[in-house]
Amino acid sequence: MSAAYRKTLLDPLFESNPIALQVLGICSALAVTSKMETALVMCVAVICVLALSNVSISLLRNFIPGNVRIIVQLTIIASLVIITDQVLKAYVYEISKQLSVFVGLIITNCIIMGRAEAYAMQNGPLDSLLDGLGNGLGYSTVLMLTAFFREVLAQGTVFGHVVLPKVSDGGWYNPNGILGIPAGAFFLIGFFIWALRVWKTDQIEAEG
Amino acid sequence: MRHSALYTILFSGAVCLVCAVLVSSSAVSLKEDQLRNAALDKQRNVLFAAGLADPDEKLEAEQIQRLFDDIRPVVIDLETGEATDIDPTLFDQAKAARNAETSREAPPNRASVQRLPNHALVYEVLEEGVPSLAVVPIEGYGLWSTLYGFLAVENDANTVRGITYYQHGETPGLGGEVDNPKWKAVWPGRRIYDESGVPALRVIKGAADPADQAPYEIDGLTGATITGNGVTAMIDFWLGDNGFRSYLTKLREGQSR
Repeated sequence: MSAAYRKTLLDPLFESNPIALQVLGICSALAVTSKMETALVMCVAVICVLALSNVSISLLRNFIPGNVRIIVQLTIIASLVIITDQVLKAYVYEISKQLSVFVGLIITNCIIMGRAEAYAMQNGPLDSLLDGLGNGLGYSTVLMLTAFFREVLAQGTVFGHVVLPKVSDGGWYNPNGILGIPAGAFFLIGFFIWALRVWKTDQIEAEG
Repeated sequence: MRHSALYTILFSGAVCLVCAVLVSSSAVSLKEDQLRNAALDKQRNVLFAAGLADPDEKLEAEQIQRLFDDIRPVVIDLETGEATDIDPTLFDQAKAARNAETSREAPPNRASVQRLPNHALVYEVLEEGVPSLAVVPIEGYGLWSTLYGFLAVENDANTVRGITYYQHGETPGLGGEVDNPKWKAVWPGRRIYDESGVPALRVIKGAADPADQAPYEIDGLTGATITGNGVTAMIDFWLGDNGFRSYLTKLREGQSR
């Protein structure tokens, strides 16, 4: 893989992470991260939708009339999301029940439209595919980290396996309730952004 | 790039057409799997409420089918409590409650039930051909959402065998703890009706004593007073005169005959 391709794919993980730097897609990052299992399925769904929407919009980029381009992008994204939702309902019903409306809300996830408008409309299908995968993975990195800390600290489990036995189940761990609710994810994402900006100081915004 | 208006319209039309075909063909081709999943999920929850299966184990479709050999779904008339000859496989209680012809406005109730269907789908667990348990559907509003679940009642029409919620949107870790197996384990053996025949079972604040000392009390959930009140309200409503009381009485009388 050439350096340019690798950069397109890997930069969104930390250099230009959609959640941490661009602060997009926060809504679902708060909502589906109480358990790692649901977060993982959500990540896979977002990666699929993002990669496919980027590729299809990139293929059509020279044909889409400029004045209706947002509507065309949204039609394509919405179709992909509905299909994803249908597939989840058919094959992983339990998890799709827990994700409830949040799969449908991928349509409004700013990362997807953001990448379509900012990248896929100007670049070829292969670049757009890598950009979609990369941004999906960047989103997933934050989601899985958040879900890991929320699940382990609020429920004492990792992917449903007990690692910190709770007091209420006869163990010693007193769970942290605030991380069980969506507000807890705010703190974690805040810490993540903080840590990332300590590491990569060029992400710090100039103080106005 | 400038395009003519005709081009824009034709292009948009083509995109819509392709997307519509993709969406509808995926919906149609996956529908069967989805319906089967939804039906299995409901059956699984009936088994959980009846204590015939452990929520922790993954139940395969065949296992559920086998366990369901001894379970008889019956559509009953809520008012009289009599079984009807409506086909339970075709009966959709939620749909019946929405249709003005098959439902009526619910009397004022704290469970926020708006419409009361004329008929309801219950599951009778048979032991040597005789119902030993009835699993009845319950629903009502908690803090954020309507909770949908099943309550299993023994054929004395009073003792609880178990409870389960299969759909709700309560706060995880607080009201969402209605899914906690420890909390559900408090239910079996509790009693529903007091001496005067009124539903008396309620979620209290704090921990309840064992079932033989505090038969009408269920542990409260920490930080979830309103969800707990919702649970109490739906027990009150669905096991009261508007709900399954006449059916449960019939069930008990059928036993003594």
